[in-house]
Amino acid sequence: MSLVARHLEEHGIPTVVFGCARDIVEHCGVPRFLFCDFPLGSPCGKPFDAVMQRDIVARGLDLLASAPAPGTTVRAPYEWDEDTWKEKCFTEERPFLDEEATARWLERKQAYRDVKAAGTA
Amino acid sequence: MSHVRYIDKTREYYRAQGYTTPYRWAHFDDIPFTPLARPLAECRVGLVTTSEMAIRDTPPPVPDDDPLRDPYWLPSDTPVGRLYSRKTAYDRFATTLDDVDAYLPLTRLHELVAEGRIGSLAPRFAMAFSQYSQRKTLTVDAPRILSWLREDRVDVAVLTAV
Repeated sequence: MSLVARHLEEHGIPTVVFGCARDIVEHCGVPRFLFCDFPLGSPCGKPFDAVMQRDIVARGLDLLASAPAPGTTVRAPYEWDEDTWKEKCFTEERPFLDEEATARWLERKQAYRDVKAAGTA
Repeated sequence: MSHVRYIDKTREYYRAQGYTTPYRWAHFDDIPFTPLARPLAECRVGLVTTSEMAIRDTPPPVPDDDPLRDPYWLPSDTPVGRLYSRKTAYDRFATTLDDVDAYLPLTRLHELVAEGRIGSLAPRFAMAFSQYSQRKTLTVDAPRILSWLREDRVDVAVLTAV
């Protein structure tokens, strides 16, 4: 997503990225980043909390006008109910992908290598 | 508690599974910047997401076995209740993708248009897959999305990383 944001911005469209993986987005470098310190999957607020979502989306839009320089991060002022998810994500106890998704991921990865090798990608 | 260091955490996670070559996350020294040209209340907003949206009771826009997984778009006036995410890469233990607006804020953006905070929402929103190939994202996917946003005369873009 960060790569797409950079491309749009390079071609004259101001962008704001909403995301939960602060280190990955900042490592890439995007013009404006509204960081939501929530589990991967909820970058615009808590599910079914329209008031929070409204506030976070509005903060991100405001950033389009207020960011003083490229690489501006604003953190949404909210906490998840509990933060054990931070320790438990990407562990044996909580595998990121289930078995079926992992199998599909590996198949697609190999298929992409094949089309690339065949010169069609 | 401080934010999760996903780069370090995933490196350890996949190393433990036997993957010896760590993924090299994209990194650039320079960051582009385009200042906002007009007030938000006059801007048309484009929406781009990695949340792999689909419409209920219709075939998936991109088949699961498609290795290229090119970007695609759906109409922004699709009722949110008819939309769902096909994404499997998210923290399924801690959260849910059952509320579309928590990662693709269509309803929230429609509300902000109605209130005059933003000018309008582009007639379609775009999906980009999280690709294995950064080269493909940069040379195929991003230019295609840019062309859609230009056709829709978008002034600013909101991107949600799921």
